[in-house]
Amino acid sequence: MQMRDFVVRFAGEGGQGVVTSAEGLAQSSTQVGYHALTFATFPSQILGGPTWTQARISVDPVLSAGDDVNVLVAFNREAYDAHQQDVLKDGVVIFNSTEFEIEGDDRSFGLPFEELAKSTGNNRAANMVIMGSLAHLINMPQEHLISFVQERFNRGRTEDAEIIKSNIEALSLGRSHIAESGFSLGELAPPEKPKEQQVMIKGNEAVSVGAMAAGLDFYAGYPISPATPILLYMERNLVGKDRLAYQVSSEIEAITAIIGAGYAGKRAMTATSGPGVSLMSEGLGLAWIAEIPLVVVNVQRGGPATGLPTKTEQSDLFGCMFPAHGDVKIPIIAAGTVEECFYGAVKAIEWAEKYQGPVILLSEMALAERVQNITKPDLSKIQEAKRVEYTGSNGYLRYAGDELSPMPIPGNPGAYVANGSEHDHMGDTTHLGEHHVHMTERRFRKVKLLESDDYESDQTDNSIAILPWGGSKGPAQEAYNDLKKAGLPVSWYYTMFLNPLPPKMLEELKKKDLVIVPELNYQGQFSNILRSMGVKAESITQYTGLPFKARTLVAKITEMTNANLKEATRA
Amino acid sequence: MSKKNPEYDFKWCPGCGDFGVRRAIEFAMIGRLEETGQPMANNVVVAGIGCSGNLVHLLEGEQPYGIHGIHGRSLPIALGVKMAKPTLNVVVVAGDGDFLSIGGEHIGPQAARNLNICAVIMDNGVYGLTKGQSSPTTLQGKITSSTPFGKLETKTNPLELYLTLGVSFIASGFSGQPRPLSKLIQQGMDHPGFSIVHVQSPCTTYNDTFIELKGDLANGIQPALWDIPEEHDPSDRTAAHDLLQQGGVPVGVLYNDSSRVSLDEAVVGTWDKAQPKTVEQLLGAFEF
Repeated sequence: MQMRDFVVRFAGEGGQGVVTSAEGLAQSSTQVGYHALTFATFPSQILGGPTWTQARISVDPVLSAGDDVNVLVAFNREAYDAHQQDVLKDGVVIFNSTEFEIEGDDRSFGLPFEELAKSTGNNRAANMVIMGSLAHLINMPQEHLISFVQERFNRGRTEDAEIIKSNIEALSLGRSHIAESGFSLGELAPPEKPKEQQVMIKGNEAVSVGAMAAGLDFYAGYPISPATPILLYMERNLVGKDRLAYQVSSEIEAITAIIGAGYAGKRAMTATSGPGVSLMSEGLGLAWIAEIPLVVVNVQRGGPATGLPTKTEQSDLFGCMFPAHGDVKIPIIAAGTVEECFYGAVKAIEWAEKYQGPVILLSEMALAERVQNITKPDLSKIQEAKRVEYTGSNGYLRYAGDELSPMPIPGNPGAYVANGSEHDHMGDTTHLGEHHVHMTERRFRKVKLLESDDYESDQTDNSIAILPWGGSKGPAQEAYNDLKKAGLPVSWYYTMFLNPLPPKMLEELKKKDLVIVPELNYQGQFSNILRSMGVKAESITQYTGLPFKARTLVAKITEMTNANLKEATRA
Repeated sequence: MSKKNPEYDFKWCPGCGDFGVRRAIEFAMIGRLEETGQPMANNVVVAGIGCSGNLVHLLEGEQPYGIHGIHGRSLPIALGVKMAKPTLNVVVVAGDGDFLSIGGEHIGPQAARNLNICAVIMDNGVYGLTKGQSSPTTLQGKITSSTPFGKLETKTNPLELYLTLGVSFIASGFSGQPRPLSKLIQQGMDHPGFSIVHVQSPCTTYNDTFIELKGDLANGIQPALWDIPEEHDPSDRTAAHDLLQQGGVPVGVLYNDSSRVSLDEAVVGTWDKAQPKTVEQLLGAFEF
């Protein structure tokens, strides 16, 4: 039988080409019409350290990084020792036989890829040797690889022809070498090229382009893993008249600078990770009380304090929904896929301008560094976000009314003081209870403007539901598809809008006997919040720094569902 | 604003130095309007937290825009306002505690950027609003509510600090002289870069230094204030440094380097190199 997908993991030392190999494989596969997704995890150091990346290549759109490894490419002994247990029994281990030997593992195949690359006269073609052997394992036609090499190295330089030639030679060497060994995984079904134009993009890049598509004008940021690529992208591209991306000296400067810019009429954003959000708490409270539009992207990593800077987790939901002192509940959008990184950013900018306040877009390390093919967003369908601006004369009461009021922009009539102290209608500081009551209610009422009925659902008649959030969507959907096929009576719900939740979805969830929430944190943060809203929610938690495997979720969901159904019959 | 609003519940103590600074800022903004022809709405006052920050609510006459934000962060808020709209005249008003203690980390970066704003600092050597704790500019050994056995640390010399950090315009003034002070502030606003006008603005309740500053010759008290002599060349950094070694409180323009490029001008200089792309082009780059 033909395979529909397979997973290759590259493991070795940082700087050995682990990431470029995986991304190259993903790139070449998508070029011929497959779907691909990579998952990467690195050590937090500049050079070296154990690192691995895997690529999942599939005929169908890819939902997760995959549970099992079909092929492990081990660059050194440590990599083999650490990862060999994840390789399937009938999988293959390609190891760097110039570096070390493996004995007693009949899945292993020694490939002297560095030597073979050297023999082509191009020391940098080791990746191509590996790719050639992988192509043999899945019986991928050589012409696919050749066209990839031609496209990749055709850069209009005189040495292009030479480089292309040596790379093709390297591909052939890798291929012929493993062919002699008799190793094979079978045949990958031919690609079914997606009808729409695709783009190959990482989560962080998708957030950046999405925000710009919604009309982002101003970006201030501070380097932090794993959000730095957004800062770098903005500094290169958010340039020119009336736009600015700027590296400031701390996350405190980042949040306060975008408060200043948002106040001055700009669509403003910063991106950071957990430690940065902690420093931004007070600023988020200021934006909330003074009613200043801005977006904070939190690319979550693991743990408190410095924690796990290069691992993935979904443990900042509490910290982002309730980041500041006083009565504050920040609107939250959580991207679950690379595609949603794009559309989530569009929506976040739109929301901030619409309700005139801070919005947090949650991403995750596993999404940020994942490269994936997605359908190219249709920019003609995306409008630049606009706030309601005040156009009257002086003497304006900026904070009058029960919900939203037009916002004056410095330079134009309507001067007021944007006040972080509790204030009256004109923005003057007051400690009178009646004003605090009125303003508190006004701020919460404004959030309702963001409510929508935008959510996914399936088999909604069942009394038990699965409701993942953020990056756990992929593995959960994979699990749900399996469970649906197996006939387990569960329904599916999903939204990227965590606050405010789509009211219709919330109403439906409240009627369920059990809502199962897979999430990557210890406390079951989203199910806690859902329970406080009257939903009988329970989490499946994991806090290993890695995403869920679909298989884990299938087992847990089955167990929880059966226990609940049993309980129901007994009652 | 406050006068028309009886519910407004902030007041400065009688005799507070900040009254004089408020006058001086009003004069300076009006002077600048006359000079540039720009409307009052082109001014944005970014206030720190403390007695001094409340100045933003107490301005009289036609109102400028304002932000009354969070403690210590007036500079980076001003950074955002100015860089979002460089045509605005952005003025920071803050006290010694807000600016030099909790907000001290932001002075160096704005100096390095030469952010084109003017910070007017009201120095009363005490945390007044929280009722009399020691601040960076409280004298060493002084007994305050938070230093019952005398302040352990030395007093910060703000002017020396600004000079060291590379602030490109530094002036020192006194709240008791609103007219001359307004001239310094207006010079600061006109300066094409980061300017700080550091003002002695005594707290009549917790640290009344009016007599020390002005002197009382009848009782043999020499004034701490002294005018920077006309022959002082403010573009001479070494001269500025030497001047500070004379002690007391110099009044006037200490340092002025208008040759440096401001941050907003430097940014414009990058546009040619950047060759900005449309979103369509940016997204297209990910096609394969």
